Amino acid sequence: MACYLTTAKHANLYVAVGTVLLLLALTAPAALAFGFGGAMAARSRIAPVAWAGKGYIAVVRGVPDIAFFLFFVIALDQIFEVIRHKIKCPDWPDEIWQGNDFVVCQAAKLPLGNSPQWVHDAYGFFIAVLTFAIVFGAFAANVLYGAMRAVPRAQIETAEAYGMSRRQCFWRILVPQMWVYALPGLSNLWMVLTKATPLLFLLGVEDIVYWARELGGTALPRFTDYPHGDWRMWYFLALLVFYLGLTKVSEVVLERVMQRLSHGQATTGGEAQRRAT
Amino acid sequence: MKKLLISTAAVAMMAGMAMAQDVVRLGTEGAYPPWNFINDAGQVDGFERELGDELCKRAGLNCTWVTTDWDSIIPNLVSGNYDAIIAGMSITDERDQVIDFTQNYTPPDPSAYLGMSADVDVTGGVVAAQTGTIQAGYVAESGATLLEFATPEETIAAVRNGEADAVLADKSYLAPIAQEDPDLMFVGEDVPLGGGVGIGVRESDAGLRAKFDAAIQSMKDDGSLNALIEKWDVSSTFE
Repeated sequence: MACYLTTAKHANLYVAVGTVLLLLALTAPAALAFGFGGAMAARSRIAPVAWAGKGYIAVVRGVPDIAFFLFFVIALDQIFEVIRHKIKCPDWPDEIWQGNDFVVCQAAKLPLGNSPQWVHDAYGFFIAVLTFAIVFGAFAANVLYGAMRAVPRAQIETAEAYGMSRRQCFWRILVPQMWVYALPGLSNLWMVLTKATPLLFLLGVEDIVYWARELGGTALPRFTDYPHGDWRMWYFLALLVFYLGLTKVSEVVLERVMQRLSHGQATTGGEAQRRAT
Repeated sequence: MKKLLISTAAVAMMAGMAMAQDVVRLGTEGAYPPWNFINDAGQVDGFERELGDELCKRAGLNCTWVTTDWDSIIPNLVSGNYDAIIAGMSITDERDQVIDFTQNYTPPDPSAYLGMSADVDVTGGVVAAQTGTIQAGYVAESGATLLEFATPEETIAAVRNGEADAVLADKSYLAPIAQEDPDLMFVGEDVPLGGGVGIGVRESDAGLRAKFDAAIQSMKDDGSLNALIEKWDVSSTFE
């Protein structure tokens, strides 16, 4: 049994746990950055910027995740390669799109065809983070946009009365106060994000659900030293425990953050804290 | 001894040349034993692993293996994420419109129905098949209700838990499963489907296709392909 759990194939599962956690750790701030940018753009007084922000929020939220992952990632990869192709092979005679095929010169390949496998893996991972950041960024943008409008008008008015500029009002008054309104929405997004990683296999990134399915599948004696029946139920049970654990940890952390953010706020949460002391 | 030295030197030189060339990336699914699967060491293994390595050696190519989802295996090929598909993919007209195939490396072989009892109605009942396979297309037209799954493993599970009456897949994939499990048996007639299994390449990649074609031909000619087919028991052999 101990031997079975330490095969190189199982090691892949353990690595995948790390991959997923790293992905979440990188994607969350990246998505938040996209969301913040989107929300700021949507609030902009300059009409084209506001349209771009609102368009981003509307379009990305409207497209199903799986379609987005299949189409957008390949498109993103091709955009990078076309740009590199234009720079590195300016006198390439053939078309880039030949029917269904997408052909760029070898030097423009991303990553280069002859680079080691880990570079391909890292690139796939990077694309995955970027795609997740864009998708979840759109949802985060909507949450933050709402949160910015939820900050009481009186707070801004007071700041204006003190002679703060629009920029100062935004950064010193609005942004610090909006988080408390944004947090419930953002925590929802976080919980959804933790469970969205199986989509990654579409990009060739092997996550824990993929390995659980692969390892749990019936193993016939001809193909392995450790034959077993359909054990997917047990592997998925292990995943369930993992995800429940992750959820619990997230909840504890988010609760702490909420406590902190409510401090001194003109909300019921903040009021309750004030009375308790 | 001298002969040995010369051939060693030749091999070393060829290996050196192969290193100098660009890497050819081979895409496979890794979930379809005995064709391709992930072994205990976490590596791609199976009939197609051995075949692919041998073909690359004969063609003087430097190859690496990539696993990918079956659903996105063709889109990833045409957008250049790898250069060839070796994944038990049958040559069909439909696929041939999008990508090109080399000559087949296994002969056209029957698919079979696998069910829990002998009296399953394979033209009127519920039949499971993997999404995007020739078997799925066949079931949809046969009058049976098609139940599609993303992986081959799930199609078998669907039969075991009664969700589907039978599963239609390559006989070579089902045979070891039927052998292990006394509850499962072949039902109905075998169905001849597709034009054999070939390597999928981009339509614009005629050079790579020619190299693989020549390598497959040389393996057919010296009988090593038949030996490999028999070793892994994936299909009937070539005449």
